[in-house]
Amino acid sequence: MKDHYQLLIIGGGPAGLAAATIASSKGVTCALLDEQPAPGGQIYRSIESVPEKRAEKLGTEYLRGKELASAFRACEAEYFPETRVWSLSSQREVGVLHKGKSKIISADQILVASGAMERPVPFPGWTLPGVMQAGAGQILFKSSGIVPSDGVVLAGSGPLLLLLAWQYMNVGVEIKAILDVTPLSNHLLALPKLPRALLAHHYLTKGLIYQRDLKRAGVNTKIGASLLQAEGDDCLDTIRYRHFGREHTIKTDLLLTHFGVIPQIALTQAVGCKHQWDDSQQCWRPEHDEWGSTSIDGIIVAGDGAGINGARSAEHAGRLAGLQALFALGVISQIERDQQSIEDRQWMKDERHIRPFLEAYFAVPQTMLATTNNETIICRCEEITAGQIRKAVESGHQDSNHVKFLTRCGMGACQGRQCSNAVAHIVADSGGQAISEQSHFRGRPPVTPLTLMQLADLNEEESL
Amino acid sequence: MFKQLSNSTVETVEVTLNGQKIHVSQGMTVAAAALTQGLHFTRTTPISNSKRLPFCMMGVCYDCLMVIDGKANQRACVTYIKKGMQIETQQGVGPSLGETE
Amino acid sequence: MKPNVLIIGGGLMGSSIALQLAMRGCNCSVIDKASPGRHASGSNAGGLRQLNRDPAEIPLTVEAAKMWHSIKDLVDSDCDARFSGQLRVAENRSDMKKLEQRANMVKAMGYQHEEIIGKKELYKIVPALSPHCIGGLICRGDGYGRPYHALTAFRHKAESLGVTYHSSTEALNIEQEGEGWHVRTSQKVFNSDILVNCAGAWSGQIAALMNESVPLTPKALMLMVTERLPHFVDPVMGAASRKLSFKQMQNGTLIIGGALVAKLDFEQQKTELDWQQLAKSASTVVDFFPQLSDVRIVRVWAGIEAYMPDNIPVISASQTVKNAYHAFGFSAHGFQLSPIIGRIMSQLILEGKSELPIASFSINRFSQEKK
Repeated sequence: MKDHYQLLIIGGGPAGLAAATIASSKGVTCALLDEQPAPGGQIYRSIESVPEKRAEKLGTEYLRGKELASAFRACEAEYFPETRVWSLSSQREVGVLHKGKSKIISADQILVASGAMERPVPFPGWTLPGVMQAGAGQILFKSSGIVPSDGVVLAGSGPLLLLLAWQYMNVGVEIKAILDVTPLSNHLLALPKLPRALLAHHYLTKGLIYQRDLKRAGVNTKIGASLLQAEGDDCLDTIRYRHFGREHTIKTDLLLTHFGVIPQIALTQAVGCKHQWDDSQQCWRPEHDEWGSTSIDGIIVAGDGAGINGARSAEHAGRLAGLQALFALGVISQIERDQQSIEDRQWMKDERHIRPFLEAYFAVPQTMLATTNNETIICRCEEITAGQIRKAVESGHQDSNHVKFLTRCGMGACQGRQCSNAVAHIVADSGGQAISEQSHFRGRPPVTPLTLMQLADLNEEESL
Repeated sequence: MFKQLSNSTVETVEVTLNGQKIHVSQGMTVAAAALTQGLHFTRTTPISNSKRLPFCMMGVCYDCLMVIDGKANQRACVTYIKKGMQIETQQGVGPSLGETE
Repeated sequence: MKPNVLIIGGGLMGSSIALQLAMRGCNCSVIDKASPGRHASGSNAGGLRQLNRDPAEIPLTVEAAKMWHSIKDLVDSDCDARFSGQLRVAENRSDMKKLEQRANMVKAMGYQHEEIIGKKELYKIVPALSPHCIGGLICRGDGYGRPYHALTAFRHKAESLGVTYHSSTEALNIEQEGEGWHVRTSQKVFNSDILVNCAGAWSGQIAALMNESVPLTPKALMLMVTERLPHFVDPVMGAASRKLSFKQMQNGTLIIGGALVAKLDFEQQKTELDWQQLAKSASTVVDFFPQLSDVRIVRVWAGIEAYMPDNIPVISASQTVKNAYHAFGFSAHGFQLSPIIGRIMSQLILEGKSELPIASFSINRFSQEKK
């Protein structure tokens, strides 16, 4: 690993891979750092090693990653897998942990392609063993062919729920129920956005195919389920929910939930990029222009880490960001950048047609985002409940960061990744500042764990 | 809770999980191995002593912390299995830091 | 008739002063340009340390320690204060000599709180310490608290006695009319009889609005906190000749500090961490406690604090204008002093003199130096 690169790309998902491929073709020194052992990100995880049979069951969307990964493998960019980035400064210095050793490298341009994570939505019992996120189920399936052995209940809202159900169905996993928590009122709210969505009808068609296949297979789907609760002593045993005014229970040892995805913003937060609350996507995201340039000079974002637009968009955004980096480095002219990006920009525009509809249709109900059940644990690490957060707000702490100082909510090992949004929702709901007015939990590096010894390594490096 | 679909092409390696020698597929994460071995929990929390299993499987929730090769607080979902690895369930904040002699 | 007092800066000093004045019947308003505790008061390490203070501060710190030991009587909360001692470790003979000289100096002043301990006692108190150390200087009545909890307790108590707080209220212009003050802020104009400047790192700017200049330097101090660990050390640890400062909190996390300065853009209020300095600090910690090598750092942050050239605060009436007072420049060791600062300042404001000697903290010491 060199001490300096012209372009450094953080993240090996579709955005990062596409950016590295295009940027390195123009002869700039470029490196891609990624936490995983192989290219693909979460969406195309294990794409290079997946056995053919499993890949088929996962669907054609997933196979798209093969092309991206092989183009990246063939390109000139240096690739550092199993490498963690623990800090990023506005001077474009990057703290890196590689082969157990830490070091600080720098770059002229940095692309943060950090991708998305599942939106954490707390509900009673969500910390019980046996309650996991749908993305976790998919990762187990993609990377190791691991699937539920004694049936599964899927609950939440969003396209991934349906996709995972369909993928599981393909390999004969028993799907005990799909509990769709999107309220029926969402359908009405989404209706005006349907005409535009029809411009990207392949997404709608695919959704309908999954639905049809699942229905044919006799999978029990409850639309408009509410008051989801996971119960059990030491592990999940029963799921309780309401549907059309009646309470129901299901026995299961595994519940996979999905409430949409949100950008991973730990790095852009740590470096101090401006962020904004996106009301439609119900999340914070870094502010950026069409090319991915953020409020900090030389820091670019692309893909779902910049705002949720899906895997295909990420690929095009990655190429735009790559071209922007080349332009900023003086390798190509503005005209060249604009011309070479015409197709990608058109693609992105087309891809976006579906988003407003999806976002309205699958919007998670407010009653779940800001749970009114005060016993519910919000901070999984520090085990702080909704009631404790509401109490802090009532005693005058009107902002997420103040609630954090007071309660330790968000101060645990995950650094607030799992609770920051829920805390903001609850603070707003209990009379604190509106969510758009609040400050997100302030970014506190290291973004990924760093031991005292690994930090101390920086000394040796200096003295060498 | 979980099972691995048969895949005869992948080699297995021997690791130790809570004192038991087990064979798991190469390329698996520690968390995936723990789940397929039917572990009921991979850690207990320092605050309420509650049991937890992996939750996100992508390194963001820090709920899958385990003691791996004697080191506490390792994220099992981003740690890949290596031959001879010693994996243990983590109790609370993990093993004592001891005293220097 | 008690005076109306406007306090600029809603941190721990401002809140402590407001509390003491309110207890004595004054009508106080506190304004803060951000929110109380946004900077030093919310982001400091919470050390309750009498050990190794500047001789001028000793009478104050000893009195403050008494107040901390019964802090619940004052603010209805124990502020999570724990008294597990503070300790400075000697690694060699010359360290030990330095500590002994210090202990003798304190004794000669008539104080008993700093105590020399030998190797045996040292390892009885801190068995986990690396075996190379030979003794130390301890203050057994010292400890630590939780800064934001303390601030919240002081503020709530002050509010219960009628003090009003105004957040996002930045002082823009200060005018004296007769004996009173008009302070134009980003929100509205405040009128008062008395003005108190305890704006932390921004105190120099407030003083300038009153035409008083002070050689204040804002600095951003970094702290690291680790994951929760099994309990392994009681006292707050320091070293005689190395930058070491850390403590294990009740919840098991370690807070590591030691005057580590981040890069600061004061105008923009932006701090950028200096990882090389943090790396040195990490090495020092591991030298004293090798078993911490694999412990993970969870958060690092920097808080903006005011430093004076002589590293002791300004606790003083203004030298240029009447009815204005200063309490700032605590140079990263103000937390422990905060309760006594409230008491002294209330005496200074209402009676014109303090129960403890504060001449060393006068604002005119800087102008005198020049002459």
